Amino acid sequence: MTTWEYAPAPESRDIARLRPSYQMFVDGRFVDGAGEPLKTINPATEEVLAEVATASPADVDTAVRAAKRAYERTWSKMPGAERAKYLYRIARMVQERARELAVLESLDNGKPIRESRDVDVPLVAAHFFHHAGWADKLPYAGYGPGPDGNGPRPLGVAGQVIPWNFPLLMASWKIAPALACGNTVVLKPAETTPLTALVLAEIVQQAELPPGVVNILPGAGDVGAELVNHPLVNKVAFTGSTEVGKQIQRSLAGSGKKLTLELGGKAANVVFDDAPLDQAVEGIVNGIFFNQGHVCCAGSRLLVQESIVDELLSKLHARVSTLRVGDPLDKNTDVGAINSKAQLEKIVELTESGDAEGAHRWTSPCPLPDKGFFFAPTVFSDVSQAMRIAREEIFGPVLSVLTFRTPDEAIAKANNTPYGLSAGVWTDKGSRILWMAQRMRAGVVWANTFNRFDPSAPFGGYNESGFGREGGRTGLEAYLNV
Amino acid sequence: MSTTTAAPAEPAELPAELADATRDDASLRRFMHGLPGVDQVGAELRAATLATRSIKKQSKLWAIDTAIRMVDLTTLEGADTPGKVRSLCAKARRPDPERPDVPSVAAVCIYPDLVPTAVDALRGTGIGIASVATAFPSGRAARAVKIADAEAAVRAGATEVDMVIDRGAFLAGHYRRVYDEIVEVKAACDTAHLKVILETGELVTYDNVLRASWLALLAGGDFIKTSTGKMSPAATLPVTHIMLQAVRDWHAQTGDRRGVKAAGGIRTTKDAIRYLVAVREVAGPEWLTPDLFRFGASSLLNDLLMQRRTQLEGHYSGQNYVTVD
Amino acid sequence: MSDQARLAVPKTYKLYIGGAFPRSESGRSYPVHDSRGRFLANAAQASRKDARDAVAAARSAFRGWSAATAYNRGQVLYRVAELMEGRRAQFVAEVTAAAGGQGRRAETEVDAAIDRWIWYAGWTDKIATVLGAANPVAGPYFSFTVPEPTGVVAVLAPQASSLLGLVSVVAPVICAGNTAVVVAAQDRPLPAVTLSEVLATSDLPGGVVNVLTGRTAELAPWLAAHAEVNALDLTGAPAAIRTDLERAAAGTVKRVLRPPDSEPDWTRPPDLRWLRAFLEFKTVWHPMGV
Repeated sequence: MTTWEYAPAPESRDIARLRPSYQMFVDGRFVDGAGEPLKTINPATEEVLAEVATASPADVDTAVRAAKRAYERTWSKMPGAERAKYLYRIARMVQERARELAVLESLDNGKPIRESRDVDVPLVAAHFFHHAGWADKLPYAGYGPGPDGNGPRPLGVAGQVIPWNFPLLMASWKIAPALACGNTVVLKPAETTPLTALVLAEIVQQAELPPGVVNILPGAGDVGAELVNHPLVNKVAFTGSTEVGKQIQRSLAGSGKKLTLELGGKAANVVFDDAPLDQAVEGIVNGIFFNQGHVCCAGSRLLVQESIVDELLSKLHARVSTLRVGDPLDKNTDVGAINSKAQLEKIVELTESGDAEGAHRWTSPCPLPDKGFFFAPTVFSDVSQAMRIAREEIFGPVLSVLTFRTPDEAIAKANNTPYGLSAGVWTDKGSRILWMAQRMRAGVVWANTFNRFDPSAPFGGYNESGFGREGGRTGLEAYLNV
Repeated sequence: MSTTTAAPAEPAELPAELADATRDDASLRRFMHGLPGVDQVGAELRAATLATRSIKKQSKLWAIDTAIRMVDLTTLEGADTPGKVRSLCAKARRPDPERPDVPSVAAVCIYPDLVPTAVDALRGTGIGIASVATAFPSGRAARAVKIADAEAAVRAGATEVDMVIDRGAFLAGHYRRVYDEIVEVKAACDTAHLKVILETGELVTYDNVLRASWLALLAGGDFIKTSTGKMSPAATLPVTHIMLQAVRDWHAQTGDRRGVKAAGGIRTTKDAIRYLVAVREVAGPEWLTPDLFRFGASSLLNDLLMQRRTQLEGHYSGQNYVTVD
Repeated sequence: MSDQARLAVPKTYKLYIGGAFPRSESGRSYPVHDSRGRFLANAAQASRKDARDAVAAARSAFRGWSAATAYNRGQVLYRVAELMEGRRAQFVAEVTAAAGGQGRRAETEVDAAIDRWIWYAGWTDKIATVLGAANPVAGPYFSFTVPEPTGVVAVLAPQASSLLGLVSVVAPVICAGNTAVVVAAQDRPLPAVTLSEVLATSDLPGGVVNVLTGRTAELAPWLAAHAEVNALDLTGAPAAIRTDLERAAAGTVKRVLRPPDSEPDWTRPPDLRWLRAFLEFKTVWHPMGV
């Protein structure tokens, strides 16, 4: 060996306990659905992982009615302290089965095991643990004592639709606060990533939650539409594209259902000339290549002070070249597979528009696997605000680099988007951080860091990135009748 | 096989901005304070993330042998005797007597008065003789004494000198004094390689580590070295990351590759491999050579040998199957 | 001295946009009658272009108003109350004319409206304390969450309560640092115009509140669909178009406040609902290291 190459270090896929078929979870039982079963594939190999039952409109109705029954008969009447203990149980069981969930998530989603193991699954457990504690403390949440002094009332049945980029994590972001506040849940995982939510259903069953409190219905967008428009659903929570978010908001008009949306983004990550450069490079890399860039809050627009753009780009290229792209189950993989063929095609199409509009494309020289959906980390420089790659959410490992000259110009460019989910700023000057943080119109501002998440820290967007927050005391409002 | 490099070249012409940096006290100060800051949390997060790399099978074996070749096998005790140094040298030559294919280490690292013993013991092996100097470990002596210390070590046959910087002067902001001292020691070293010990545990902040790294590189240090091993914390992964970033940036600006030595506290193969991963991914694969990266260690070697056996024999080895010299 | 009664000088009721009092660009007006059907005045009948101008004014006022200190905003709101108190008799007369009934009831409503400004004046510098948070995240980061104003809010003022209802929906919007485009109660717009005159002479910067009089159903769709409008208060929306307005608001993911179908009892003590409806929460993270 003349140069040191790392031998493959794959996590065993047996840990995932993959089964040939998965059923829906309705009213405490795993059942077949009347919808056309879907085949979920491993995006890293294009092989079919399992066949998964999907819901028909009648199944949606059954699940919603089960949730309504559970809401009325047990869950909304149960003392908060008891609800809390159920959620603590779930948190613990997620920890116990952490590696199984991580491997399954990587298989179904394509994300590297390092991330599913070290980020997604630990955050899932943390989210349940955090919200468990709220269940009996709602009178202290700042929304008043409620009608009986036990805190504000829940809303009823929550219909929740989640995306494919963080399948299990998004399920926990939706389910944990809903249950803590006393609601029951019907959740639709994404069509391409239903598996971990169904294992979570198994955990819900093992934790002995009353039947109907949590229902999981796999399926495509039509199942989601059926769910959010069901008349017995009182609350809708959606995470996904802005386009679908608008459709949902439109379709719920006049229904009186409480709605929260967590939608797309095109975050600016602003680097000043006095930034801690090597850590800024890490933050930029984490900001856009974390989870293959399938992150609504990804730092996809890098705004660099013009005086350091060459130095920063050369450091960035060197660093990105070290990213290891490949088998998601390999413990040394940094960037895994693009979740679907459709998404890969969208990324290809948008990057081609970058070429056509005159941006300069740099592609990591990393080798790519022969099969599966992969896209090499890509950095576009000489990008201007008018280009599609600076305006549209690419949702892939593609960074657009723009420059600015003054703080005012940085703010103007950062805010020049219909979105407003997240933003980053890198500078060693404390007062400038606060100045920037105050002016960037985004729900999350990461200063000298990026892509940090915590159940106690509210997360959500401004403008077309949606409304409502998830996490912390602020996030409870979405599930309380206040 | 020789792991020590040929006589160092005359300092290459520095690019203008680096040459200007050392023109006078004020310039040096401006340069040091103009270096980018280091964010502690970000630096430590990066080091921790990279530490999750999983190195298996052939790549692990390669790493073990490379790490052995990078060891500066060290004894720096008041109780050191010629006998102790001779057995250290024997271990350095043939780390695993039952397995002659195990490479020798890069160097032994000892106090200056024991250099003649090591010279005798290692004659013809190509193994380097590194002597600590300059009033190691505190560096608290008159400059003339420190220079004399280094000169004596080189005269006695040391091929490498591990000096300590004047941390007091550094922390007081007297960068030029620290710089001048390194330059003078470098001159005293003649053809011997100079490793500059920053004693990062006393510099405390990563900003200081980065500044001290650049100071040592500007002054002509062939290696920058984390620690004396006489205080805790000694080498840490994030500190080594910062220093690797410094030599990488130095290379980007000058075309000249300088080395890094992580010393103290690295005891296990797992630790050593994490350092090698950092070398490969932070500085670059070109640094994966004893010419550019060293471990200052004593007990590490035996763990490397045990793990090497485990890899080759397919079962776990034990402490009494490696020698304890 | 003449024994002939002095002829009163009636007021021209105009729009309030960007701190100025223009007539409608359309040149239109409509007659306003009292509760018994007697003519009171001609009010300007705002057009979609007036709505557009009002949104532009609100947008340009947003930066300054949202950046004003909470203490400053509190004093401005308090000043509004002070000036209303000075015009109390005029407001009582207008409210009585609009709603009919006893003057006593109108007095109570005007007093409550003035007190409502006081309530919200005191909130400006407490919103962040009460609704913000320091987040105890699991890592070496300082994380905090602060409420910020949503932006430009289109307010369809209650149709029945021409003053107390109006103040109850406008004060919370600007209390939080938003700017407002208000469509006054269609058939009872006069107190809103007089309130505009109070706002104009208080220290409220021009454009922070813009008041349109006219047909709610004509103006509301333009506001609901306007991309520069960030949020919509449907309190005074005609029932027939409420759902359409909500649908239009989805086009740019506006925040929509949907109060109950029947107009709330504004004399009840206010709560935080109207304030929270037009707040965004921003979470900021920074590492803690040396």
